[in-house]
Amino acid sequence: MTETLFEKIWNSHIVVEKENEPSLIYIDRHLIHEVTSPQAFDGLRANHRDVRRRDLTVATIDHNVPTTDRSLPMIDETSSTQIKTLEKNCKDFGIKLFGINDPNQGIVHVIGPQLGITLPGSTIVCGDSHTSTQGAFGAFAFGIGTSEVEHTLATQTLWLEKPKTFEILATGKRKNSFAITSKDIILSIIKQIGTDGGTGHVLEYRGDAITDLSMEQRMTICNMSIEAGSRAGLIAPDEKTYDYLNNRMYTPKNYDDLVDDWKKNLMSDANSKFDKSFTIDVEKIEPQVSWGTNPAMVSDVTGKIPTPEDFGQNNEIQIESAKKALLYMDLKPDTPIIEIPIDRVFIGSCTNARLEDLKDAAEIVKGKTVNSDVGAIVVPGSQMVKLEAEKLGLDKIFKDANFEWRESGCSMCLGMNPDILKPGERCASTSNRNFEGRQGSGGRTHLVSPVMAAASAIAGHFVDVREWC
Amino acid sequence: MKPFTKIISIITPFDKANVDTDQIIPKQFLKLITKSGFGKFLFYDWRFDHDGQEKNDFILNDSTYHNSQILITNENFGCGSSREHAVWALKDFGFDVIISPSFADIFYSNCFKNGVLPIILDIGKIKKLLKFKDKIELDLDSQKITFGDESINFEIDLHRKIRLLEGLDDIDLTLKEDEKIEYFEKNSSRISIFE
Repeated sequence: MTETLFEKIWNSHIVVEKENEPSLIYIDRHLIHEVTSPQAFDGLRANHRDVRRRDLTVATIDHNVPTTDRSLPMIDETSSTQIKTLEKNCKDFGIKLFGINDPNQGIVHVIGPQLGITLPGSTIVCGDSHTSTQGAFGAFAFGIGTSEVEHTLATQTLWLEKPKTFEILATGKRKNSFAITSKDIILSIIKQIGTDGGTGHVLEYRGDAITDLSMEQRMTICNMSIEAGSRAGLIAPDEKTYDYLNNRMYTPKNYDDLVDDWKKNLMSDANSKFDKSFTIDVEKIEPQVSWGTNPAMVSDVTGKIPTPEDFGQNNEIQIESAKKALLYMDLKPDTPIIEIPIDRVFIGSCTNARLEDLKDAAEIVKGKTVNSDVGAIVVPGSQMVKLEAEKLGLDKIFKDANFEWRESGCSMCLGMNPDILKPGERCASTSNRNFEGRQGSGGRTHLVSPVMAAASAIAGHFVDVREWC
Repeated sequence: MKPFTKIISIITPFDKANVDTDQIIPKQFLKLITKSGFGKFLFYDWRFDHDGQEKNDFILNDSTYHNSQILITNENFGCGSSREHAVWALKDFGFDVIISPSFADIFYSNCFKNGVLPIILDIGKIKKLLKFKDKIELDLDSQKITFGDESINFEIDLHRKIRLLEGLDDIDLTLKEDEKIEYFEKNSSRISIFE
């Protein structure tokens, strides 16, 4: 019988399986951060339970950290308490923590792969929905709630109903592989399958247009699987995957043997059956800009703000949602996307703050200056990304252009730290969610790729970045 | 967890689709390190204006619904962030049941861990329920909602139903499978991060 990649990973992690009931699945990697873990550790203490596998568990601090000078005391006491709580929990339970001043600190989904903790064929969880990012390495990686964090700490397993499988086949070749990015591919996919198109399914991204992408670009795609409703999205590993993970800080010692084994097993069998399938031709994809308040409300950069009726296509609920979104975003139908002025630019987040993202954005910015009406920041995904970028002189390029160059963290993606939009401010953001208030109460978010964000920062409004390179 | 009992309550109609967990509990309230006290921040940006005053046109501020335990909403409820704080806020506010045509996966799973029952009903049944303004009776054991002389049934996974009805602790149940977990670890050694 043929099996998909996901089914192979699932089957090799079943601890208990009963008919018509959830299966108990073994977890290979558990990543922890400060926001979704305190109550889980409290639960362990209250029930006198211990952490089952410290050697499969690591923690970092990313959501709350200020991205400005870390030698200064934190102003926000509640953030500070949450960070101290994680430090204490890790100390009490013997968990490795990449803390606030650790050179390996960073956004949890950025440091997992970067440190070689993420492995192909493994099951990976974190109390964070963007854990799906790590599916780019051919892992079953998914976000969990705090109760499941506690469950994983105590048992190293989770009860899961087996998700269905959904093939996303991306064919063709991008017309401009610099200006049209993997962010544009995933936004186009979500635009078409909807924010709940993948609910109950694990996505497998396949096809030449996917294998053509670098590992970092693949992570951007898998990262946003959750925005299509899928807890997990994955891509079969190949030479690029194995090269990426080689010689990282925590790459396993017997890595070559593991790779030999993965090469034999980690792919969907020919003719394997998916429960659903969707095909996209990337040749037709343009740079994308979101205009609404969910990640399916997206337009080509050459397009205009749609009327709610055009967007909703006879679906009352969608029409109503679009009306509310336009009201919140203060946009009028038929406005060309490129005429929308912006106040802020955020280049960062687990979606788009890896080295390649910063390199590409710097390429656009080099020798130019941010528009005087725009405040722009670059927040590297990890301290290691920051250091590598600085070695390449990217920090200087950004700073010379009047971008602020920050320490790593989740920053303005969700505004749990001092980096937030003011009410009414409009931001071109490389993050993943344009929900109401996500970047700050009353703030208006437009999701774009790093090169689009960079070019828009210079121009002061959205531009077609294809004309810039 | 307390066992889930029969519920008799009016329903709160909440006619919104794609309600994300950022709306249910905005990020500025995720910094608490306990599970309690989130109810007052539920739907904060929709419930309150910039001065912290209740907005009159928001349904949860209508006193008619103040003791309601059942929220009826539109498709894809609970999408976005995995924050369990969203369920803690709904539960703390007083909602024990959320009815919707569809839920986001992580939110759906989080509900059961906190004694909140998410019920998936088709739009037709929801519209019927919404016409009824009196108290309805919801019985998980018989999977039945009774309103006036009418009733409708709902589907729920048996396994999850039992856990809710008996208020079972997931970790206790799993630890009963400890031998199997150990067996799995012995037979297929896991790759330690720090070898």
